[in-house]
Amino acid sequence: MQKMPNWADVVLVPVLSLVLAAIISAIVILAIGHNPIDALGIMVKGALGNSANVSYTLYYATNFIFTGLAVAVAYHARMFNIGGEGQAYIGGLGAALACLYIPWPHWTLALIGGGVAAAVFGAAWAAIPAYLQAKRGSHIVITTIMFNYMAYPLLNFLLNGPIKAGGMEPATPSFAETMHLPNLSAILGAVGISFSDRGPANFALIIALLACVFVWALIWKTKLGYETRAFGQSETAAKYAGIKPTKIIMISMLISGGLAGMMAINNVMGEAERLVLNAVEGAGFIGIAVALMGRNHPVGILIAAILFGILYQGGAELSAELRIPREMVTVIQALVILFTGALDNMVRMPIEKLFVAFGRKGAN
Amino acid sequence: MDLLAFFDIAVLDGTVRLGVPLLLACLAGLYSERAGIFDIGLEGKMLIAAFLAAGVSFTTGSVWLGLIAGVMASVLLSLLHGLASITFRGNQLISGVAINFFASGITVVAAQAWFGEGGRTPSLSGAARFESIQFPGALTRIRDIAKADLPMKVYSELLSGHTIIVYLCILIVPFVWWTLYRTRFGLRLRAVGENPGAVDTAGISVYRMRYSAVIICGVLCGLAGAYLSTGLQAGFVREMTAGRGYIALAALIFAKWRPWQALGATMLFGYLQALAIRPDILERAIGIRVQTQVLDALPYVLTVIVLAGFVGKAIPPRAGGEAYVKER
Amino acid sequence: MTTPAPAIELVGISKAFGPVQANKDISIRVMPGTIHGIIGENGAGKSTLMSILYGFYKADAGEVFINGQKTEIPDSQAAIAAGIGMVFQHFKLVENFTVLENVILGVEDGFLLRPSLNKARKELKQLSEEYELHVDPDAIIEEIGVGMQQRVEILKALYRQADILILDEPTGVLTPAEADQLFRILGRLREEGKTIILITHKLREIMEITDTVSVMRRGEMTATVKTAETDPAQLAELMVGRKVLLQVDKVPAKPGNVILDVQSLNVTDAQGVHRVKDVSFNIRAGEILGIAGVAGNGQSELLEVLGGYEKGTGIITVNGQSIDLTGRHSDGQSRRKRGIAHVPEDRQREGLVMNFSAWENTAFGYHTDPRYQKNAFFMDQAAIKADTAEKMERFDVRPPNPLLAAKNFSGGNQQKIVVAREIERNPDVLLIGQPTRGVDIGAIEFIHKQIVALRDQGKAILLVSVELDEIMSLSDRIAVMFDGRIMGERLPQDTNVQELGLLMAGVQGDAA
Repeated sequence: MQKMPNWADVVLVPVLSLVLAAIISAIVILAIGHNPIDALGIMVKGALGNSANVSYTLYYATNFIFTGLAVAVAYHARMFNIGGEGQAYIGGLGAALACLYIPWPHWTLALIGGGVAAAVFGAAWAAIPAYLQAKRGSHIVITTIMFNYMAYPLLNFLLNGPIKAGGMEPATPSFAETMHLPNLSAILGAVGISFSDRGPANFALIIALLACVFVWALIWKTKLGYETRAFGQSETAAKYAGIKPTKIIMISMLISGGLAGMMAINNVMGEAERLVLNAVEGAGFIGIAVALMGRNHPVGILIAAILFGILYQGGAELSAELRIPREMVTVIQALVILFTGALDNMVRMPIEKLFVAFGRKGAN
Repeated sequence: MDLLAFFDIAVLDGTVRLGVPLLLACLAGLYSERAGIFDIGLEGKMLIAAFLAAGVSFTTGSVWLGLIAGVMASVLLSLLHGLASITFRGNQLISGVAINFFASGITVVAAQAWFGEGGRTPSLSGAARFESIQFPGALTRIRDIAKADLPMKVYSELLSGHTIIVYLCILIVPFVWWTLYRTRFGLRLRAVGENPGAVDTAGISVYRMRYSAVIICGVLCGLAGAYLSTGLQAGFVREMTAGRGYIALAALIFAKWRPWQALGATMLFGYLQALAIRPDILERAIGIRVQTQVLDALPYVLTVIVLAGFVGKAIPPRAGGEAYVKER
Repeated sequence: MTTPAPAIELVGISKAFGPVQANKDISIRVMPGTIHGIIGENGAGKSTLMSILYGFYKADAGEVFINGQKTEIPDSQAAIAAGIGMVFQHFKLVENFTVLENVILGVEDGFLLRPSLNKARKELKQLSEEYELHVDPDAIIEEIGVGMQQRVEILKALYRQADILILDEPTGVLTPAEADQLFRILGRLREEGKTIILITHKLREIMEITDTVSVMRRGEMTATVKTAETDPAQLAELMVGRKVLLQVDKVPAKPGNVILDVQSLNVTDAQGVHRVKDVSFNIRAGEILGIAGVAGNGQSELLEVLGGYEKGTGIITVNGQSIDLTGRHSDGQSRRKRGIAHVPEDRQREGLVMNFSAWENTAFGYHTDPRYQKNAFFMDQAAIKADTAEKMERFDVRPPNPLLAAKNFSGGNQQKIVVAREIERNPDVLLIGQPTRGVDIGAIEFIHKQIVALRDQGKAILLVSVELDEIMSLSDRIAVMFDGRIMGERLPQDTNVQELGLLMAGVQGDAA
């Protein structure tokens, strides 16, 4: 029997969770001696005030779309892929290798080649945890954490040795000029919209939006998505229907890792145009918050990613103007995960009770 | 090749220093997970304790007050984890992730607001820090130690010169073992992680047992964190736990959730960390240059191998990760 | 002279779970030093009643008296304090603990374990001599057999000084020899003045050991009698009830060729328990074979192997061609391609994905059907929805909304969605388990008609049900399963509920 209407489940509960997260965040800002309303104003202005700022916001949002989708795809198969960070690192390595060692004559080809390499590398980094989960029952959360922590030393080694450019910095040489992806200003300019070219948003945004469509179609329109959701909802029913657990776990994790890896199109190919050591900057982890907040639906993820883009870019402004560190964003991210994820029942149960009580009243 | 170099006293000394926070965090996880509450939030609890211990030590000038503050902060996060995973039956993993991010962010935000030094505390000195305890007659100057004979080296460098927390740690493993296997509390704790139904039907509150476990977990994480900022180092810097919570988690799996094995695993991982700081010694030992990154990755690689069941099966407590719902 | 107060007296106990009345105004008196049986089918409310007595549930109404004293039992602790011990159907033991550790859990004497363990060791020795409850106190639970584990549960209760012992389906997991041993122990306990409540659905056990017996049916207590003054036939009748047989209009079967043939099928589950033992039968075209039996006697595993998602050994042929039982070359998908449709016993766990909409559930298991695909990439949702709407119309599913999630339909309508999906596939073989469990009367009739109609089209149907009425009115032949074996086959016109009830209880039969 239905405890509460659909809209309450899809809109009311998440919104209330977010309100709680916002209230606590405001209290934190108050506690460190600032006015939360002012802070909010600065953040919004910093994130959306001019087109250069918007470009930064969209750049961050692009990262979060990829990592959020990665978490969501795995989540539909009831796999909690916490390894997006590591997969994005390794995806960056794939993109960098493809761009450094293959002389793509044009950026479109580089995009395809580098993008595929990023996806393949990211997927490969997810493959071992997936296999161990499917075949040996090793908990995917723990193994993906371990793989996060293996990715960093690996890159640290490569960037300080085999693929290091000259100089002090642990980074690869820059990619060739011909491979640089057009930035948002160039793309919008082509359709007659003027946009600052001072920001990092680039063609990867288009790919991210396509990835949203891809994930939406995959999960809700294809046989594979159907099987994935069925498996995630009920393993016993999936067995009855002849859906193979190993296949679903492997494929969903490979796609998940591939999406996380494809973040490299944005940060490595689109922005830095070379691979630096801390290229991912926690975006893999923010993907968890984005997916939870977006309820694992591409539309929700798109909205959540933009919101976190605003937070991230606005947070930078906040640190410049009020000297509130950017880590404030991490606090908000944590509160979002806490309330929309772990404490979901705390919000949900009272609301369910309310609806049941009102429902009974209405029936009498 | 000089295999004896593996036993370099300086590296062994580093093993103890670096192994102690891992051990404390690992035992913290042991209590929690043995009670059936998965905790990937060890990292965050250590971090917040490291910060508050350093902050309060600096402000009050007393490292002991700092220690208490750090432990209390860690316990508060533990209670939050308990609220989410015991009372509201939420996902324990998601809760742990949230706690790690919260600590990672709030420590820097608060440190900036408090001290304005870019997310760190000022350096600690004097009574605001755990001093090394020098044994009588122990050499303190590096130059003297280098010239001393082996027993004196061991005495002066390895045995002498640690902080009180390290020496207390000598007692902690037998103590944990004793509480776990020799007391009523330990019996009930282990039972609640294996079969909460058995505990419930025996008339013991599952909630109470699990809350006690997460509180102990908080206390030990708090000690680990406080040691980092007030013992191992002199002050808090952002992200100073540097993944130690996860290494401790790895050690816990490696040790298959048993105290003595946890000592072994954390000291092994501590050794790898100590060796990573001294690549010269490793090179002397095996004759070729090894990238330190290999050592960084080794604890995780070893843990994955254990998880995959290639070295015996790591079977977690049976009821781990699941909220208890009374039935029938 | 005063008669002693009853050890347990329940007065007017009622308990409802939402709309389901699990216990209705139940009263019993059990005298000290006796064994009282409570018998009834699955879902009759026996376990709920005992859970109330052990403080797991709070009764909506009614009172409990222990030794004549009105007693409140809000939790297990209170039950233990009142001298009640319970042996659950699923043991509440910590598997990697020793026997001794399990015994003292919750009743340790102090902070240190050693004194408690020493004391328990001594006491256990005494108890085991007194009641012939021999166990090794240092054995690890997971390393000893279930019979032994059960003794540990009894010892646990005795160590807590229980005077009243409740055993819930204690022989379900035991071999006949172990069960005999258990009964000897229960006999000893009775001699020592303990009061025992034995919950079971097995008539043989009731007759063998109890002094008095209560029969429960659909939440009500239908009778309490002295065991010596009754017989299995009467109990079977009280248990099953003589409700109006749902009359199904059907013409005599015209069996054709053998469609499904099962030869010496054996199934051992993941825990190593031998669930199906040497089962052989066949079903012809245009025939319904009904498998009667109390739940948990191997019927579920039989269906799972035939449905392709459990492994077994033996030979099974469909239309003369053998099907794979190893799981290596087969799964639910390949079975469907071979013309085997399956309405599983548990629609909520297996047959449906509760959060999926009706149309998604209509495609469930048949989602690879070419008719449901738009092209190589996408499923044709419009086609599935149209198909679902048609099926809902034909099967009168209410509300006829393909977009509504399965969890929002009533039990009967959920079942109709599953039955429609499977029957409309026009399979050669239909496996159907508990077709009308939790389904309202109107839907029962409808589903029964559909099953018979499919038979009349010349299909082979395997019907598994714990409802004897259903088996009697639908089947053309009836096989009774007990403890993984087929106890015997009967024709519905040549048998009656009593005889089948006895076979179901393993009392007599061709194979026994």
